[in-house]
Amino acid sequence: MKEIEPVERHPHEEYLRMDRIPHIWCPTCGLGTILNAFITALKRSDIPRQDIAIVSGIGCTGRTAGYVLMDSFHSTHGRALPYATGLKLANPRLKVVVISGDGDLVAIGGNHLIHAARRNMDLAVICANNFNYAMTGGQFGPTTPETARTTTAPYGSYEHPFNVPFLVDSCGATYVARWTALHVRHLTTCFGEMLNHKGFSFTEVISPCPTVYARRNRLGSGLDLLQFYRENSVIRNNIDTRECDIRFQAQMIVGKFVQKEKPTYLDMMNTYLAEAVGKKFVPYVGPMDPAKE
Amino acid sequence: MSSKPPAVLTGPHYWDGDYACAEGAIAAGCRFFAGYPITPSTEVAERIAERFPLVGGTFIQMEDELASMAAILGAAWGGARTMTVTSGPGFSLMQENIGLGVMTETPCVVVNVQRGGPSTGLPTLTGQQDMMQARWGSHGDYEIIALSPSSPQECFDLTITSFNLSERFRLPVLLMMDECVGHMTEKVVVPKPESIKVLPRRWYRGPRDKYRPYQPDADLVPPMVRAGDDYRFHITGLTHDQRGYPVINAACQNLCVSRLVDKIRNNADHITLLDEQDTAGADVVVVSYGISYRVATKAIADARKKGIRVGSLRLVTVWPFPEKRIRELASKVRCLVMPEINLGQMFREMQRATVGTGCRTLLVPHCGGWVHNPNDILAAIVEGTK
Repeated sequence: MKEIEPVERHPHEEYLRMDRIPHIWCPTCGLGTILNAFITALKRSDIPRQDIAIVSGIGCTGRTAGYVLMDSFHSTHGRALPYATGLKLANPRLKVVVISGDGDLVAIGGNHLIHAARRNMDLAVICANNFNYAMTGGQFGPTTPETARTTTAPYGSYEHPFNVPFLVDSCGATYVARWTALHVRHLTTCFGEMLNHKGFSFTEVISPCPTVYARRNRLGSGLDLLQFYRENSVIRNNIDTRECDIRFQAQMIVGKFVQKEKPTYLDMMNTYLAEAVGKKFVPYVGPMDPAKE
Repeated sequence: MSSKPPAVLTGPHYWDGDYACAEGAIAAGCRFFAGYPITPSTEVAERIAERFPLVGGTFIQMEDELASMAAILGAAWGGARTMTVTSGPGFSLMQENIGLGVMTETPCVVVNVQRGGPSTGLPTLTGQQDMMQARWGSHGDYEIIALSPSSPQECFDLTITSFNLSERFRLPVLLMMDECVGHMTEKVVVPKPESIKVLPRRWYRGPRDKYRPYQPDADLVPPMVRAGDDYRFHITGLTHDQRGYPVINAACQNLCVSRLVDKIRNNADHITLLDEQDTAGADVVVVSYGISYRVATKAIADARKKGIRVGSLRLVTVWPFPEKRIRELASKVRCLVMPEINLGQMFREMQRATVGTGCRTLLVPHCGGWVHNPNDILAAIVEGTK
């Protein structure tokens, strides 16, 4: 086996705010891996960095926007999607990527999630799912599997969780996938596809939370969880998303479930108005230009 | 000659306040609007939805007011001039992201066509009950700018002023209309485009690698860039330093919040717009705003017929509260009378500004649903002479 040579510099340092490192994420947390995969995908794509904008909400994953050396927005809890919607519509040249957590996107931001998917808004959404609210110390949320223990479910959670891929699929998302933080190569390919996708793309990334979720449920370290993902993830591309439920520490279906073409919000708006309004239609003039003012 | 209709509809019109507000926004260069329907503000959104496809604007109806407010902030950083419109219940929902707008110094305009509250209250009937919510509705310490129009003409004019103030001082500016002004139809004269003053954004003009999102100019307001121009900037609602990076300690909080407050307080004289009539030598001055001013003019005319020396001070800028002028007047007149369609909101600010002057203050309250009877204001003026 080839020895891995030590490196002096972070391989992605040109894409990171190195003056903000060390980050706040815990050792063996999956969020660094997700960001790593995203930056690799971005470097491999032909999208210029200035055309990318990152929007996050609040929570552990919400801190992602603060670490990337790109135009990046740390918005309010749950509002990353409408914030990103405004950004995209005002400056349609941008590829707007939302990176946030399950609590942010699916609980407090749930209403925005279903409507952004319904509109096929041109946004790439990376949802890190660690099954709990980690930043606040590990409370249950809408993705917490039944019976899993959290600080606010001390006897185990008795709520039915969301099947997130099914949720966004049923609302109209045109790219839906689920991977875990173990599936680095799949994730990198997936993020590359999302960067090139027209319309609403969504990937749920199951991510280990060693400090609160795993500890309270006696699941070991982040490494133990990756081992668990390795033994219990089943890749089933194109499966009916209704079959993707996640149960506590049980076998988990991952893969690319949906990839299809459908007119985006902007396509619909421009095509429809051009026809309905006729010659008088003036397409969006674009953002104000500092060079012309 | 283009067959496309112009953005600025120069000439006289017969518009209600809501339409005039929408046209003011278009004249000010607003080309992104996100909103959610709510009475009595809906006509603004309807007018925008009809007009924007003709003038190159993007209108989106969001899923709620939380989303509307978030969308206009995102769009502002995309480089657009942006607005949303609502009424009391929606204004409550917008407070979260109004706070984000204040913290991230994002220029935009939020219009509140006020109705009676609390809660669902009086959807179709007037009120001036969100004046304190405008001031303190979002959590934390901050200063805000709010204007109050009292005619459809002013709905047009002050919408433009609101955009200019939002760009000049980089914050959400609140246009506090009310149902009466919003639904009142009057003559509105739209000037020629060249005579409408529209301030440009405070674009950053320095070297790219020196840009720091929160490094202020001498007036404490930082210049701005837009997303997509390779500045690689970061903004956050967390307490932040000049780089825009979160710094969670008391020292940074002091620097960050003090400047947000001081950029408004120190510039209050440039923000304060007042309409003052016959206050020299007056015994009593009626201090009013919005639709209540229109009612007060009748009471003032009646009081003059009785030989009372009464003046009028109309608050066009309601926040920051024009306490300097109120205090000056209070040291000269016997009594300040304030009618407002609430049970005493701006009145308390007026009282605060008069402390130590010996001037009497009288509130003419109204729970909402209709305007005052001018006789109630007249009675207060008479009482004020005693």
